[in-house]
Amino acid sequence: MLSFISKRLLVALLVCLTVSALSFGLMFVSGDPAIAIAGAGGRAEDAEAIRVAYGFDRPLIVQYLDWIGNALTGNLGQSIYFNVPVTEIIGNRVGVTLTLGFISFLVALVIAVPLGVAAALRPNGWLDRFALVIAVSGQAIPSFWLGLMAIVVFGVWYGWVPISGADTWQGYILPVIVLSYYAIPELMRITRSGMIDVLATDYVRAARAKGLPMHLVISRHALRNAVLPLVSLAAVQLGQLLSGSIVIESVFALNGLGRLAWESLLRSDLPVVQAIILVLSLLYVVLTTLADILNAVLDPRLRGNS
Amino acid sequence: MTQTFTLKGLTVMAALAASTALTLGTPALADKASNTLNVAFAAEPEPLDTYKIAGRQGLILARHIYDGLLYKNLDTGEIVPALAESWEFTGPLTMEFNLRQGVKFHNGADFTADDVVETLNTVITPEYGTRYSISVDWIDSVEKLDNYKVRINMSKPFAGAIEMLADALPIYPHAFFAENGSAGMAATPIGTGPYKLISQEPGIRYEMERFEDHYEGSPKSGASIDKISVRTIPEMNTQYAELMSGSLDWIWRIPPDQAAKLESRVQIISAPIMRIGYVGFAPEAMAGDSPIADKRVRQALIHATNRGAIVDAFAGGASKVLNTPCNPAQFGCEQDVAAYEYDPEKAKALLAEAGYEDGFTMEMVFAAMPRPTAEAVAADLAKVGVTLELNEQQYSSGIGKWRAKELPAFFSNWGSYGIGDTAFILSNFFGGGADDLVQDAELAEWLTEADTASDRDVRSENYSMAVKKIAEEAYWMPMYNFNVNYGLSNDLDFTPHPDEFARWWAASWK
Repeated sequence: MLSFISKRLLVALLVCLTVSALSFGLMFVSGDPAIAIAGAGGRAEDAEAIRVAYGFDRPLIVQYLDWIGNALTGNLGQSIYFNVPVTEIIGNRVGVTLTLGFISFLVALVIAVPLGVAAALRPNGWLDRFALVIAVSGQAIPSFWLGLMAIVVFGVWYGWVPISGADTWQGYILPVIVLSYYAIPELMRITRSGMIDVLATDYVRAARAKGLPMHLVISRHALRNAVLPLVSLAAVQLGQLLSGSIVIESVFALNGLGRLAWESLLRSDLPVVQAIILVLSLLYVVLTTLADILNAVLDPRLRGNS
Repeated sequence: MTQTFTLKGLTVMAALAASTALTLGTPALADKASNTLNVAFAAEPEPLDTYKIAGRQGLILARHIYDGLLYKNLDTGEIVPALAESWEFTGPLTMEFNLRQGVKFHNGADFTADDVVETLNTVITPEYGTRYSISVDWIDSVEKLDNYKVRINMSKPFAGAIEMLADALPIYPHAFFAENGSAGMAATPIGTGPYKLISQEPGIRYEMERFEDHYEGSPKSGASIDKISVRTIPEMNTQYAELMSGSLDWIWRIPPDQAAKLESRVQIISAPIMRIGYVGFAPEAMAGDSPIADKRVRQALIHATNRGAIVDAFAGGASKVLNTPCNPAQFGCEQDVAAYEYDPEKAKALLAEAGYEDGFTMEMVFAAMPRPTAEAVAADLAKVGVTLELNEQQYSSGIGKWRAKELPAFFSNWGSYGIGDTAFILSNFFGGGADDLVQDAELAEWLTEADTASDRDVRSENYSMAVKKIAEEAYWMPMYNFNVNYGLSNDLDFTPHPDEFARWWAASWK
């Protein structure tokens, strides 16, 4: 188990490094950061001054090594746009995204898993059909549209919830509903298909034949086996939700990581972009590694020969 | 920016649904009752050190907090006293200012000559990193003559100097500024302006309160609104919903089609601004080896583009087709110039004369312009046989390619920093610098003369010659002057200005 974990961690580290190097390069391919920072009214002289001031005139590799050296010592640099430490900006915004992401994830799981199990018990029954409608509409409706509709109905029309912002907990109600609605279909469908496969296996038939009540068959035997693909998918979904939804954050005017990343890209705020990418890739790597380890705990066959 | 990932059709549906929903809902009240103006911007304001701000949002907030030595009354075009009571040129490169006495900063400090000297002498140093060098690079040094008198020594003649001193170069309290620098000013903005900042979450939310000790005789005096609350709401549709429900009183930059839909619910005002759209042609690109190097081709392209139809369809409001590479509202923007009416036949004839009767293919990058306008230009040119390879890019990428002389045509816009003087547009593109892909020595000479002369007639005469030549040579295809749609609470009385600086201190409730 220990060598399994250390192997996973080594791969994880390499993934982070590759992602940060790639994103660093792409920032320069997508346009000249000095001109972007100089702004739409900036003259060539302004851009040149910025190029020198921020060291963009140095070879790319030197700039990257410089950045990574600082990052390893915990110094993520100053935001060019806000002129304050990157950690301060990310610290200000990460709370909103984490709150939104975790709550939406929990809501999605609590709805998706029971619905998926129930749908699998009676394939093509009315509940299965209902779940299918939820899945298809959840996948097909763009989240910004759903968000705007929710604002119109519950914010403007009935006035039950604030239209935008996260000043109060009520501000999270609509974004959580919209974001979890978007996460539910995949989680539910994978639970359903996993359960259908498992319910058809011999050991489930044996369990039922020996007279075990149905709820024990499901919880002890079926779900534990059906849950393996769900764990992997849930890890990725959680990563997505925690990395911030640009669309949801924009529509509801929540100032989270997703929109910060997007805005920073547009204004070529390199240190912020790099830091967010580093944090997010770390997050993904940690989550998928945790999912792998959890799966290995659940299923001894995945632990390999060691 | 958020528009890029919203689907237009659905957006329109949402707006429609929003207006239907409102007919059923209760009419909401604006914040007239609490005398608070609720404002939203779609883009995050920059840190509130004016000298490092490029975006209009941050500059608007800053102008409520800080004051400059002078102020320009846009209604009369006059430069009026602000922190300086009077001023005069004492030599070709020296100006002296008598400062106003009894002015207080928000922190209680008295305004004196030390504040002017410390602020300006700091922001002119290259290490300070003032965002637009054009705004301060004409200042060599500032001297204190006595407690209420300063002299500015200029490093070069610059006709825009007075314009710059008119509210674009704010004065900071010297003791606080010397100790805390740019970051400190941004974190705790302290000025002499009509509003003081009470709290901020940078980029997200700003709360301002009227400054009761704002000096008498200020051109920004008479503020009647107690509090101003500014939030960043990136999605325009969310802004519309908040405006209609009464939780916002002031939004701006509403696209024309959506402004028309909102008109029945809220106040919509369309106002022209300094910014103009243009297609720049680059005779110097590809080392001069492109059809665009031929004057007849450039003229043909303008004749072939139905600019009137494009303006009507996509700009609307107060926008008009331009014939000049500057805004008619700017000083020195001669209007008696060669005009190219829409005439595809004439375009074809000119192309044939230049040896392109079968047309040609050319790349055009467009940046910060609505895609439909670029597509309309391409469609019009296709009718005379010219194929435009359209390429939408960020402004930084587009202008980078332009400066590298790899681009025969660039479609974008220029705001002249909101200043009504031709100096702030022509010199950048025709004065011989990196953005000048015409490199016309005669033009550069006229513009230098016009930019530096102190005699207004000399300036006007030189700009006139330059504008006429640019039109005659068809170096640019000027498109239209921009307009901005403001969405206001029905209770709000607000007058927009062409420099895009909202003056909330002059706003009031009806």
